Amino acid sequence: MRAIGLVALHVFRDSVRDKVLYSIVAFAVLLMAASYLIGQLTAGEDLKIIKDLGLAAMSLMGLFIAVFIGIGLIAREIDRRSIYAVLAKPVRRTELIVGKYLGLVGTLFVNLAVMAVAYYVILAYIGSTLSPAALKAAPAPAADPRLLLAVVMIGFELALVTAIALFWSTFSSSALLSAGLTVAMYVAGQFGADLKNFEQVVESPAAGMVGRGLYYLLPNFAAFDIKTEVVHALPVQPGYLVLTAVYALVYIALLLVASVVIFSRRDFK
Amino acid sequence: MHAIRTEGLTKHYSVGFWRSRPYVALDHLSLEVAQGEIFGFLGPNGAGKTTTLKLLMQLIFPTSGQAWILDRPAGDVEMRRRIGYLPENPSFYDNVSAEELLAYFAALFGYRGAERAKRVAVLLDEVGLGAERRLQLRKYSKGMIQRVGLAQALINDPDVVFLDEPMSGLDPIGRREVRDIILRLRDRGATVFFSSHILADAESICSRVGIVAGGKLVAAGTLADMVPFHIKGWDLIVSGVSADTRAALAARGATATLISEGRYHVVLPPELSSAEAVALVRATGGELVSINPVRDTLEDFFLAQVQQSARRTFD
Repeated sequence: MRAIGLVALHVFRDSVRDKVLYSIVAFAVLLMAASYLIGQLTAGEDLKIIKDLGLAAMSLMGLFIAVFIGIGLIAREIDRRSIYAVLAKPVRRTELIVGKYLGLVGTLFVNLAVMAVAYYVILAYIGSTLSPAALKAAPAPAADPRLLLAVVMIGFELALVTAIALFWSTFSSSALLSAGLTVAMYVAGQFGADLKNFEQVVESPAAGMVGRGLYYLLPNFAAFDIKTEVVHALPVQPGYLVLTAVYALVYIALLLVASVVIFSRRDFK
Repeated sequence: MHAIRTEGLTKHYSVGFWRSRPYVALDHLSLEVAQGEIFGFLGPNGAGKTTTLKLLMQLIFPTSGQAWILDRPAGDVEMRRRIGYLPENPSFYDNVSAEELLAYFAALFGYRGAERAKRVAVLLDEVGLGAERRLQLRKYSKGMIQRVGLAQALINDPDVVFLDEPMSGLDPIGRREVRDIILRLRDRGATVFFSSHILADAESICSRVGIVAGGKLVAAGTLADMVPFHIKGWDLIVSGVSADTRAALAARGATATLISEGRYHVVLPPELSSAEAVALVRATGGELVSINPVRDTLEDFFLAQVQQSARRTFD
């Protein structure tokens, strides 16, 4: 356990200083601020648009962090052979994988928190510029605490993306390939509902079964998206949130087990 | 107890994408290294040196055969508390400093607090890293990274140290320092197993060497076993020699080559004693600058072994 903690802390320290990270977070904040300008263009709907774009920016930039820095976990380490010295230390390969995963998720959550704070600052500022009438007309206050639910769901979603990135990088030594596969899986996972209903739109039962199989196999990323509900002040069932979180945790656990199995047998040529 | 022991250690890789075929990187390596030895593992590039070290560190798994370190199987995690490893051309993390990297590794070995900080400082002093130890590693030169690599291999005060090409990337001063570190390790009873293709490194510090070529161990033993102390002749540098002297030397079977104004490189046959040669030079007005015995070097032995092994493979 101590080894896992040490590895996680080291990964956090190394990745939190990565310059790419700063630019991604800065870009996200810029994007959120820019949504204010876009909001100006649409009369009446500006607050909703700003909220929606802000969450989308957070999710997209988080994806960049999870993929590009996540790939560095193992793929870059094998590529650059920095893993050799670590594996000769009294650390099990399992501890290394789990520690690295936790370290990166830590980095990710810290960044997500920074983006969320920036998001609320921007929303609070915009709220202060709106007229009392406009505020009253809006379905929810500007700095609505319910938006945090969406941020938490983004957190779970990104933790899952990180596990996928880790999984691919355990057996491919090319960082680019791992990144490509992770993004492909993320995109495919957005179409969960379409895959589920695939059999209703295709004639061939085989194609329908493939669609359904993929639906169960691929992570259903669409499930984490509750942006519309929180922005438009629609109800979200607590049971749904808990179930989605459990789904993410189970999927992450399975991916970590698979990564450990592959990584434990891998030759570092 | 042996520090290192391997039995029939073999590693095949498959090469080629469509029609993969096996490539034998290491072929039935059986080796024993006693505790307290400095063992030089020598061989040309691609001979299987790094493969052997990676098998011992269990970075790769053997196709067949076994390896033990301190009588424990190579994969044993507890055993790793007692060993150190410097990989070939090491590379670490860009965004941490040498001090932080060493502190991380020391923590993995269970060092904590002030003891850890002290251990890190001592090691960085030993490998000659000064104030730059606080800089992030991406600002380091190749030689500095090599020093960090050496420091991390010794962080746990290991009983057995594995060094893969420890001198590579170092300038002559650095090489001398590494040599001194290896000798100090031996003095405190540690076993050092190092690979190199530079024979002078091995010749000056090893108690025993193994020569590997084409994945096979072609020779192993002490330097005295491999390179007999047999004088093959004399190598002289003389100055101020006249044509008469040269003629007298030539009459005794010596060859003289002009180096620069009046200075000659003279090679004497072994039948002629050194005293006779010196007397001959002096008698004819010449002056002796230096005299050295010519004997077989590790390089001669190494080349002969490697060529023989290549011939066997070719046949």
